[in-house]
Amino acid sequence: MARNSDHKEMVITIEGLCKSFGANMVLDDFNLSLHRGESLVVLGKSGSGKSVLIKCIIGLIRPDRGIIRVLGQNVLTLSHDALDEIRVKVGFLFQSNALYDSMTVRENLEFPLRRHSFNLTQSAANDMVMEALHNVGLEHTVDMMPAELSGGMRKRIALARTLILKPEIILYDEPTTGLDPITALEIISLMKAIHEKYRTSSIIITHDMKCVSLTADRVAMLIDGRCYAEGTYDELKMAQDEKIKQFFQ
Amino acid sequence: MAKFELTLPENTRRFLHDAGELSRFAARFFAEGFSPRYEVLEFVRQCFVVGYKSLPLAGLTAFIMGLVLTMQLHPTMVYYGVEAMIPAMVGISIVREIGPILTALIFAGKIGSSIGAELGSMKVTEQIDAMEVSGTNPFKYLVVTRTLAATLMLPILVIIADAISLYGSYLGINIYENVSFYLFFKQIFDHLLFMDVVPAVIKTFFFGFAVGIIGCYKGYYSSKGTEGVGRSANSAVVVSSVMIFILDLLAVQITDLL
Repeated sequence: MARNSDHKEMVITIEGLCKSFGANMVLDDFNLSLHRGESLVVLGKSGSGKSVLIKCIIGLIRPDRGIIRVLGQNVLTLSHDALDEIRVKVGFLFQSNALYDSMTVRENLEFPLRRHSFNLTQSAANDMVMEALHNVGLEHTVDMMPAELSGGMRKRIALARTLILKPEIILYDEPTTGLDPITALEIISLMKAIHEKYRTSSIIITHDMKCVSLTADRVAMLIDGRCYAEGTYDELKMAQDEKIKQFFQ
Repeated sequence: MAKFELTLPENTRRFLHDAGELSRFAARFFAEGFSPRYEVLEFVRQCFVVGYKSLPLAGLTAFIMGLVLTMQLHPTMVYYGVEAMIPAMVGISIVREIGPILTALIFAGKIGSSIGAELGSMKVTEQIDAMEVSGTNPFKYLVVTRTLAATLMLPILVIIADAISLYGSYLGINIYENVSFYLFFKQIFDHLLFMDVVPAVIKTFFFGFAVGIIGCYKGYYSSKGTEGVGRSANSAVVVSSVMIFILDLLAVQITDLL
């Protein structure tokens, strides 16, 4: 595993990442690294390419150029099977939750388990489902359909599904978007609790400054397709650069 | 040197683009459909959804069609004094053409739209991406299973619908005359040839494939939110219905050559 000059183990490194959609250059020579156990927030305006960035990391979008190393392996050169092995270790919380409408909460949570663990007994699967639901405080919803849940509950279930494979890294795509301030705060607390309990490394994509201030060990600002600035929340808040100041006003 | 550029109208360009993309999508079905991992459980579930759940609708329309066709034919056939030929005429019409086409169109309306809407809604709510992240090949899990189920279930539905339709015809003829069940079906099978039945069944595999692959294609590449989902469902029905008629036309030409 790669280590940087401070001897911190790096779980994700991104070098020279470029991605364009037609004439629109979304990521232009983007560089970033995530250390083990770190909570990194990528901050940027809507449509600045934040979601594209984490979808490139998990292999959902293929970039035009660049290198993305996840847990030491370049995901852009991996076979489909090898990429699936990496995906077991990287959880992804979708902005829209992406719960399967036609399945119950239990089936939603069992789905990734069944795909990755062929020899899992029903009793072991039940235990893992209940543990994941316990982590998000929604054991009673196990046999409910996603349509019967509120927005906040769906987000929690989506988080439980992300957690069920006990990933080393979690990628959060706008985890508080569309939630009321109280529910958003609950989700942020849950993310912090999970981070502390499992010592996961996480990249959080957001433009919600409350979420940034409460979750970030480090903040990277994605502006004009590049990593425009990096630092702690307080360092960036004090910055005099106009583009950075816009976010903290 | 003079530069030659072929400028096509926008509609034509879009049609050619769609036709090309659909062909690539179908080629991907053959490339991925017959290599492991096989999604057997999902395939069986889709056979139940696509086949068994379409049976009441297909059966009802087939029954009415057999009954109505016989009742409409009866006065004319009596006028020409050939009412004895009604079972043979209805039997050949239903088995060769009306059964396959009608069932396929009902199937396109019910299953094509349902597949288009389901996959379209999964696409716009990132469920397909979630499936990929969960270590599942969404093409195999969603497209291969549904297309294969549609391809295999439609011929079975057509055979059952043909039988129900002929039974409807038997009831229809008994409104006017007293014809025994045995005599009615003997009349049909005496005139029905091997070459009436086999090509009619074979073409329904192609109809089923067309409905499945077009529904999946429209849903899988759905975009622009809920409006796009509605458009996918609608366009899946329209395109697969037109495709059924085109395939039928080709099937008739090929059968005539045999």
